[in-house]
Order: sequence, then C-alpha cells, then structure tokens
Amino acid sequence: MNFEPKIIAFLCNWCTYTAADAAGVARMEQPANVDVIRVMCTGRIEPMFVLKAFAEGADGVIVSGCHPPGDCHYTNGNFKTFRRMPLLERVLSQFGIEDGRFHWGWISGAEAPKWAELARTFTEQVRGLGPLNWKDQLASKED
Amino acid sequence: MMDAGRHPNITLLTNSEVASVSGYVGNYKVTVRKKPRYIKEELCVGCLQCVDGCTYKEAKFADEFQMGLGKRKPIYLPFPQATPQVVLIDPERCIQMKTGKCKKTCAAACDRNAIDFEQKEETVEVDVGAIIIATGFKPFDASRLPYYGYGKYPNVYTGLEVERLTSASGPTAGEVILRDGTRPKSVAIIHCVGSRDEKTNRYCSRVCCMYSLKLAHMVKDHTGAQVYNFYIDMRTPGKSYEEFYDKLLSEGVRFIRGRVAEVTDWAIRPEEEGKLVIRAEDTLIGVVRRIPVDMVILSTGLEPQADAASVASMFGISRSADGFFAEAHPKLRPVETNTDGVYLAGCAQGPRDVPDTVAHAGAAASMTIALLNRGQVTISPTVAAVDEKLCSACKTCLSICPYQAIVFNADKNIAVVNDALCKGCGTCAAACPAAAITARHFSDEQIVAQIEGLLREPKTAEGARP
Repeated sequence: MNFEPKIIAFLCNWCTYTAADAAGVARMEQPANVDVIRVMCTGRIEPMFVLKAFAEGADGVIVSGCHPPGDCHYTNGNFKTFRRMPLLERVLSQFGIEDGRFHWGWISGAEAPKWAELARTFTEQVRGLGPLNWKDQLASKED
Repeated sequence: MMDAGRHPNITLLTNSEVASVSGYVGNYKVTVRKKPRYIKEELCVGCLQCVDGCTYKEAKFADEFQMGLGKRKPIYLPFPQATPQVVLIDPERCIQMKTGKCKKTCAAACDRNAIDFEQKEETVEVDVGAIIIATGFKPFDASRLPYYGYGKYPNVYTGLEVERLTSASGPTAGEVILRDGTRPKSVAIIHCVGSRDEKTNRYCSRVCCMYSLKLAHMVKDHTGAQVYNFYIDMRTPGKSYEEFYDKLLSEGVRFIRGRVAEVTDWAIRPEEEGKLVIRAEDTLIGVVRRIPVDMVILSTGLEPQADAASVASMFGISRSADGFFAEAHPKLRPVETNTDGVYLAGCAQGPRDVPDTVAHAGAAASMTIALLNRGQVTISPTVAAVDEKLCSACKTCLSICPYQAIVFNADKNIAVVNDALCKGCGTCAAACPAAAITARHFSDEQIVAQIEGLLREPKTAEGARP
C-alpha cells in the first residue's frame, strides 16, 4: 500500500490561509494530504498544538503566517512565532522528529502559487521520510 | 477642492504628514506634523505681491507642478487653484532661509506681515472617529526603461509633461512645442509604459489608454501633427469612452498594435535624420516598422506611493500583491479595510479614473458618516477572555498584547481584557503560562478537537481519509 502522509497546517487567517483559499479558488494543483487548521494569527499557535498534531498521528506539520516585519495583521504576532518556532524545532529534534517533518515560514495572501508549491514539495518531502508512527510509539510506551 | 477648504466642518491640514496613529474605531488619536511654510496662513490672502517682490527678479527654479518644464521663485503658490490660496517658501532655495542675508523684499512687499522666516514645525494632535486614506498614486518613473530614451533624448516626454504643455495655465500657455521651441510635425504615443509588463508592473493602470487618446486629440488639435499610438490593446471601458476612441479614429489619428521595442536617434534612412525613430512590430500586418517622429510621449502607468509600506503599517492595513492598499473584499467591500474605521478612497487602493475616484471617495465619506452617526459599533466576538480563577497575575500577557488591550486590575489581582481594543489575535492565549486566557472561537479545546478530528483513523477498512 502506498504511504500517504498526513500533514496538518496551522495557517493564519490573513496571509497564508488567504493564500491557500486563493490557491483553491484558482484551482492550483495541490495534494490532498495537507489539512488546514485556521487560526487568527500565528501568534495564537502554541507549540503544544504542533506536538499534539504529531502525537495524534501527523507525519508533518506546517506553520505559516504573514511575512515579518510589518505584514502581520496584528502588528507583531508573527514576531512571536519567529521567536517560538526555533525553540520548538530544538524540542522536536530532541524528541527524535526529523527536521524535514516540521516547516514554519511566511506566505502572504498574494502568494497563492507559493502555497501550492509548498504543499506539493512538503508532501513529497514527508513522503520521502516515511511514516512517523509517533502515535503508536506513544501508545506502546503507555502500555 | 475650494469648497472643502471653505466648509465649516472641514479642517484642512496641508503640507502636513501623519506621524503616528493610536486608538481604535471611534477613538483614533492622530499625531500630525505640520511642516512650516514660513507664511502665517491666517494672514495670507494669496495676493502674490511677495512673489513679485522676491529678490529673485526672474523665476529660476524648476516648478514641480509643471513637471520641471516651467520655473518658479523660492516663494510661490504651488499651482493656480491651490487650496488654501496661500504661498509658501522653499527653504532650500530662499536666500534668507539659507544664509540669513537677504534684503527680504518679499516681506517688505507683503502689507499683511504674513511672512515669518522663524516659523517652526508644529505637532498637532487630533481625535477622530474614522480615517479615510486617499494618498493617491506615484507616476511610473519612465527612466527605469532605458530603451524608451526618457532622460536621454530631450524630446521624449511623459504623458503628464505633455498634459502640462497642453494646459492653458502650463509653462507654454497651451502651446505644444519641443524643447527647441518648434512645433512637432509627428508625434508617437507609446502605451503601457510601466504597465502590463513582466519587468515592471503586471497590472493594467487603467487610465493610460484614455489619457493617451485625450493627448492624441489635444496634440493633433494644437499642432496639426501626425499622431501615432502604439498600443497592446485599446482598453476603453466606461461611459462615452469607446465613442471617443471612434472619434479619434475618424480624426485620422494612427493606431499601431504592437509594443515598442526601442526609441532611438540612430538614423539609417535620410528621412530619419535628426528625428527619433520608433522601432515596433505592427502585429496586425506582421511587419517590423521604423517610424521617424519629432516627439515621443510615454503613457506612464500608476504605481503605489513610495512610502506605502510605512503608511500601511502605521494605520494597520495591508497591501495587495501590486503594492496598493488592500480593501477588505475585492468585490463586496471595496472601500473598507480590514481595520475598523479605516477606509480607502481613490488610487491609494488601485489605479482608477476620475469618475471612479469620485464614486469611491463618495462611498468612503458615506460609510464614515454612517459609522459615526450610529454612535456605536458592532465588534467581533472573537476576543480573548481571562479566567479570573486561573490568572496568576504574572503580567506576561500585558507586554505581549500588540494593542495594549489587556490591563492589570490591581484590586482583584488579575489581568482584564478590553473587548473594544482586543482584535482577537490570540497571542496572549498562546503565551499565558497558567492557561487562564481563552481566545474565544479559537480556544485550546476547539483547536485540539480539530487536530484530533483531522487525524482520526477512518472507521471502514478501505474508507477514504476523514
């Protein structure tokens, strides 16, 4: 059976979610593996959400918002993401999650093609890394 | 413009710049830097005796309003219909401002003692309920396209420069003449300079086709010259616009479909000597043509203002891919921005012509009045809330809120969110160490439920992903 990675994307309402919406409206080709959770701002994204997504069985996670500086609808929410995500990356590597499974970055509302491109390349990247199986591993440890 | 200047309910702050904006819909506080014009505005009546009295007997500085084609003095009225009708002094040019050693004949000529060389910049603070941004556009700089020769060949003009030449109040009093004073016998108008071009701006600037047609008509009418239009597509939507195009076709104005490759003075045929040669493909007959002309007019497009990025961040609004300010919805909310109480009017939002700008501005004014007359606003329920029992009074959220929407209640020893100021970004909810803050509609429970729902295994063996 072919491995189809499950990818959760946390996108901010004003930039990357708008881009993803526009990419869909423009019928740009993108894989169905990426599921989007909308938040008002990337500043809302607690590192716990990313860990939770991996723990629930996600093979890859994307966090994307507005370009710093200045693009953020909430003035500087993306700055907080900018500070939090590098720390989270270190935590993820300590948990043994490969770098290629977590992507954080910036895509503005006007960059729909960039979103479609990211969805395609990230899905292929995670597909190349194979299943994470974190959920099963955690379950076996609990037993 | 004069009507706005005279209206009792309108205060005009000209020659001024917004320094900062704070507050929220209904309660904006705007700090404006009022630059000195070195004239007491309330005393000046615009009689222009000071301009006649200036130590410089001849005007010798490039006049910005005449696109540098005319001259002005260091003390001048920016343009004939300027509102308010008040002169100003250019501190970079005025001898008194630069050296302090002028005979100050302008001040002697003014019988109302309106000239004040000591005037300083003032800071004005205004409380407003709503803001309309109508900062307009910047004309495309034609020298960015060297193959059209603007700045290299003196008789290559931009549309705006020729507009001044055709104007009765322009530097030549309405005479369309070349730099050497002669009338052009043949004129080429190049469309889409800085528009519909992968190298510069991809968008159509919308007004250039019509102003090119107007200039073609005016130049032909004023000089009797042969006029050639080089266009990609003629875009003449709008009431009576197509009819105007038809009229020009019948007037004998030539239209050649093709983007111009180059404007050059390199003559290879005797009739091209001393002329500017247009090299372009005529795509309708499929040949490359060389057309010698005396004057070239570049129909330059419209661009966002150079400081659009800083204005956008100051007012908390966003910009679309082309750099113009973004409306809340391209079809249904073309006047509002995503920030409550901030509206857009005119070319600040995107290129548009005069009738559309008047309509857009009228809509912005109406929306503002409707907002202010209602006296109350509907706010989004997507705001943060503090659970009093969980708040540990660490004050982390206070510094993290971009809107200063969270204040600390010392009596109850808890943080409190101001619903009117909170925009619902949820940054505080993510940062709260005690998990006491809930971002309503984006609570931890709701987002975790979404994660779990998306990753739930399908019940059926060969079922699709949920």
